[in-house]
Amino acid sequence: MSAGPGAALRAVVNALRARRARAAVEAAGDRSIVSVMDRSSAGTRATLRVVGGVCLGGLFVVAIGPLAWLFKAATSRTPETLKEPFALWPSGLHWEYFGEAFSKVNFGQYLANTLWVCLGNWFFCMLVTTTGAYFLAILRPRYAKVVEAAVLATLFIPGVVTLVALYLTVIDVPFIGVNLLNSFWAVWLPAAVSAFNVLLVQRAFAALPRDLLDAAWVDGASKLRVFWSIVLPMSKPILGVVSLLTVVNGYKDFLWPMLVLPKPSMQPMSVALPRLAETTDQAVYMAALFVALAIPVGLFLVFRKQFISAAGAQGAVKE
Amino acid sequence: MLRPVPPPSVPMPPGGVGPDRRRPGRRRVRSPLAWVRRGGLTTLAFGLPIIVMFAVFSWWPIVRSVAMSVQKTNFIVTEWVGWSNFERVLADPMLGKAVWNTVQFTAWSVVIGFPVPVLVAVVIAELRRARGFASALAYLPVIVPPVVAVLLWRALYDPSPQGALNSVMGWLGIPPAAWLNNADIAIPAIVVEMTWASFGSATIIYLATLMTIRTELYEAAELDGASILGRVWHVTLPQMRGILLIMFLLQILSVFQLFTEPWVMTGGGPANGTLTVMILIYRYAFVAGDYGRATALSLLLAVALGILSAVYLAATRRWSRT
Repeated sequence: MSAGPGAALRAVVNALRARRARAAVEAAGDRSIVSVMDRSSAGTRATLRVVGGVCLGGLFVVAIGPLAWLFKAATSRTPETLKEPFALWPSGLHWEYFGEAFSKVNFGQYLANTLWVCLGNWFFCMLVTTTGAYFLAILRPRYAKVVEAAVLATLFIPGVVTLVALYLTVIDVPFIGVNLLNSFWAVWLPAAVSAFNVLLVQRAFAALPRDLLDAAWVDGASKLRVFWSIVLPMSKPILGVVSLLTVVNGYKDFLWPMLVLPKPSMQPMSVALPRLAETTDQAVYMAALFVALAIPVGLFLVFRKQFISAAGAQGAVKE
Repeated sequence: MLRPVPPPSVPMPPGGVGPDRRRPGRRRVRSPLAWVRRGGLTTLAFGLPIIVMFAVFSWWPIVRSVAMSVQKTNFIVTEWVGWSNFERVLADPMLGKAVWNTVQFTAWSVVIGFPVPVLVAVVIAELRRARGFASALAYLPVIVPPVVAVLLWRALYDPSPQGALNSVMGWLGIPPAAWLNNADIAIPAIVVEMTWASFGSATIIYLATLMTIRTELYEAAELDGASILGRVWHVTLPQMRGILLIMFLLQILSVFQLFTEPWVMTGGGPANGTLTVMILIYRYAFVAGDYGRATALSLLLAVALGILSAVYLAATRRWSRT
């Protein structure tokens, strides 16, 4: 093999050519509805820019506007907001309402309850979903087919059907006869039952490389060990998606926790807030609303990619 | 521990699905002991959480719903009452009101809520810069907890002439509205809030679909002389057909089960002007304590949704394939 200077030069030229070709392919891949040719016309370019600008500006006003107004209302005196809702702090910024939301209406307790609900939902959802998906997709005994069909069938039953019966089940759990009313178990356990999550995770588990699992079986690894050391670590992305969906749903849920947690001191934020509306000074109330919204929005800003890909994963299943 | 250790000389079945799967076509007599020795118990242990939890919190309530709809119970004595729960539901004058309101909610949400995310997604996909920023902006309201979003909009819908939205209307020279206090405006006003709170998630789903459309189709359309809008009409929308059809159905199904937004915004008022079927079910069950009647109405709603979905899917089947 001769590796003279000629060969080296040819290699460099080839590399450059390949890079240019790749760039051209990428540029072509970048086209969508609007082509490079469209963009060469000044009129089209201007129209596109206006449409894009209107869309971006509109999104900005629509998405940020109400949140910004809420911040303004949370830091202004109530009469000011009622009289001139858009006057920017006529008597200066009032940060004290945030403190009052915690000291006067016990908002910290409600936030802590929400956190506790989310944590429990996450734990039980993970427990049921991962073991169930492992059972259905990998261990797959003969009777798994029946279980799978029964689980997936619930996807087609609208939640409205079971609401009342589920409530009656929770206030008198079959076999053990416990009343879970005013206990977080009443929120956690039903939240763990999600055929949608099982479907997502089961698909991911079924797509794991078989050879690897077979090698583990041949080596005599136990089912628990394969589950814990191979299946779970290899499925981190989908488990992240399911975790995120579960926590977000726990934070958002309203009707179910309202039904099973009537005791005010146990209620999560979303149940307590409507109840407080009538009895709380508006500025303090707005401050509480702002805190309730700032926490998930802050998390969203940090984990933007994960949120968006989880939303996309939901869509992929719908298709 | 009892678990299967296949002898190394026996190859795993092709596409083997796990330790319990035997080669197809080979029947064997199974004794409980052999089942245990092969690790059936450990397998069952992994299956137990999903089986028990679904049995208690999903399958049993479904069965119970059906049973309760023909029962009357005070938790001590339960008697079978046949169709009388359904008869009492259908005789309730509130039912017509609730159904009509729900249909109005659905119609408004189709008119306002359905096209918005399609438009936004198509424009965002064409942005050359700030695409990520734009989709994050669109998704931001989805992150806001629904109850907080409703309460925030309830404050914006302040009916006094100095209210926030009325002030904005004032700048545009439009007279102030009573918003949620006006039964005619309350439903579209709530739908606007719902659209604000949810268009982002549909936008993200559509964006993902838009990225999968093959660019050759646009090139071909362009060569055929289609304008940019023509390409949107003749290529983009037909290519999104599948997801659009599904999202349309899902949106209708979810609006038919609407509860939180009207409940928190207006409590079903003014004068039951925003009463939905779900709120009626809630009132039957948790205000009146009439669980039989509530489950009867739940079942009626579920059957209606089932028929609606079946008809919709049958009607659009040809369209979604070709």
